[in-house]
Amino acid sequence: MYNDVIMAGFGGQGIMLIGNLLAYAAILEDKNVTFLPSYGVEMRGGTANCSVVIDEREVGSPIVGRPMSLIIMNRPSLVKFEPRMKPGGVVILNKTLVAPEVSERDDIDLVALDLNALSEAAAGNTRLANMVALGAYVQKSGAVTVASVSVALKDALNPKYHKMIPANQKAIEAGAAAVKS
Amino acid sequence: MSIPKKVFTKGNEAIAMAAINAGCHYYFGYPITPQNEIPEYMAEHLPAVGGEFLQAESEIASINMLLGAAATGVRVMTSSSGPGISLMQEGFSYFAGNELPAVVVNISRQGPGLGGINATQGDYFQSVKGGGHGDYKLIVLAPHTGQELYDLTIKAFEISEKYRMLTLILGDAILGQIKEPIIPWIPEKISGDPDRDWLITGAKGRTPRKITSLFLADGEMEKHNWHLQEKYERLERDDVMVEEVDTEDAELIVVAFGSVARIVKSAIAQVREAGMKVGLVRPITLFPFPRQTLLDVGGRTKKFLVVEMNTGQMVEDVRLSLPGDCQVDFYGRPGGSVPTPEDLYDVISETYTAQSSN
Repeated sequence: MYNDVIMAGFGGQGIMLIGNLLAYAAILEDKNVTFLPSYGVEMRGGTANCSVVIDEREVGSPIVGRPMSLIIMNRPSLVKFEPRMKPGGVVILNKTLVAPEVSERDDIDLVALDLNALSEAAAGNTRLANMVALGAYVQKSGAVTVASVSVALKDALNPKYHKMIPANQKAIEAGAAAVKS
Repeated sequence: MSIPKKVFTKGNEAIAMAAINAGCHYYFGYPITPQNEIPEYMAEHLPAVGGEFLQAESEIASINMLLGAAATGVRVMTSSSGPGISLMQEGFSYFAGNELPAVVVNISRQGPGLGGINATQGDYFQSVKGGGHGDYKLIVLAPHTGQELYDLTIKAFEISEKYRMLTLILGDAILGQIKEPIIPWIPEKISGDPDRDWLITGAKGRTPRKITSLFLADGEMEKHNWHLQEKYERLERDDVMVEEVDTEDAELIVVAFGSVARIVKSAIAQVREAGMKVGLVRPITLFPFPRQTLLDVGGRTKKFLVVEMNTGQMVEDVRLSLPGDCQVDFYGRPGGSVPTPEDLYDVISETYTAQSSN
């Protein structure tokens, strides 16, 4: 099965981290995966995005022209990437910062979540909004399992943050629970 | 040394890891984006294997340090990008004349001039046609995945020693920056033969040796040049690498190398699903160029499309290689843009359905 996603937001929102985490989860499931970071004169507060492609077959293009899915953490990212989406695609939108009305597509599945509130409720602070978003994406797309993402945290996180793994797992699960129908 | 089965790593790190596992313990270089993870990795890991990392004062210094180290028979590498590789061209020519083996990595950037740091294939001509002076060639390898970056780096050291030639690995920012799982491995032979009769290792107890590219005596220069040409012919005969995908029944063949070949692969998978018979020829060695493969494929398929991230460089070699009755179209994107699979789907399907212009 093939899945691709572009994740985008401000530098510092943890975009690259959840991109890496998703890739590690795919590796745990013995799938092929590419992680391509946006590469330029990036800085904290600037824009950051990455593309992750997961495939059971050899991954062809790591470049995603028309994404199946988006994780959108800020408004400029929605404006930039939404027009390129495939019809029927899934957008996990950070409602804490972007009003769903900014979306101009009516042929996509827009999942607007108050990520900060969900993060606060699950883990006691708002800094795991990125993990909530990833949990929601994974649950919605089935690209990998939520369990694989939880297990992959130890691969994706620097060992000095491993004590934070349980909090991250709660945030991921909260994201998944929020989109379970 | 125990090595994990799969390692999730950046392309640049895959190259550096492979180099050390191939026994390359000497690295001299000067930083430039988008290849900085290579010197970073070498600086961190070479001391642990008893090697030497040295940040040179310039790329010109790096390549000449490489020249000196290579003369002693050790495996040695440098890496750079566009402008830095341009500065090294004089050294490349001396490597050719002196017949010394070493590996240079060009994770190229957009040009001309200082350009930009993103992916491009504008350095094809410089790589395969010789950017330095004289009648010489480099061995040029063009990987297209993380695993291939690793595998071809090891290959680069081996083939470089086999022919006593500089080997260039040509990549770009997509390949250098992408992270993928790779499976590292260690080759059986991780250093050159210490008994090579040309090494400069100290002349105590034996006749002194000389490594030179200066040939002034009557007839010597011509003899040396014919000798070099003989090596290039041998390379074309014995060491061409090329990947063919679905060429057997193809009515259109796309020719592409490096990162863009990956994007082409996705596009071809889609046009195949739409019922179009399209295949791919992907040169892995850009020199020696897979002329014979193209001649063979061009015997049965008459329509070709060359796709490059430049405005038309490899297409010249494709046209020279194919039989005269083949039609060769070109789709290029200059530095500053990367085609998506959807762009290439459109180009490939339009070329496929267009009436032959022959």
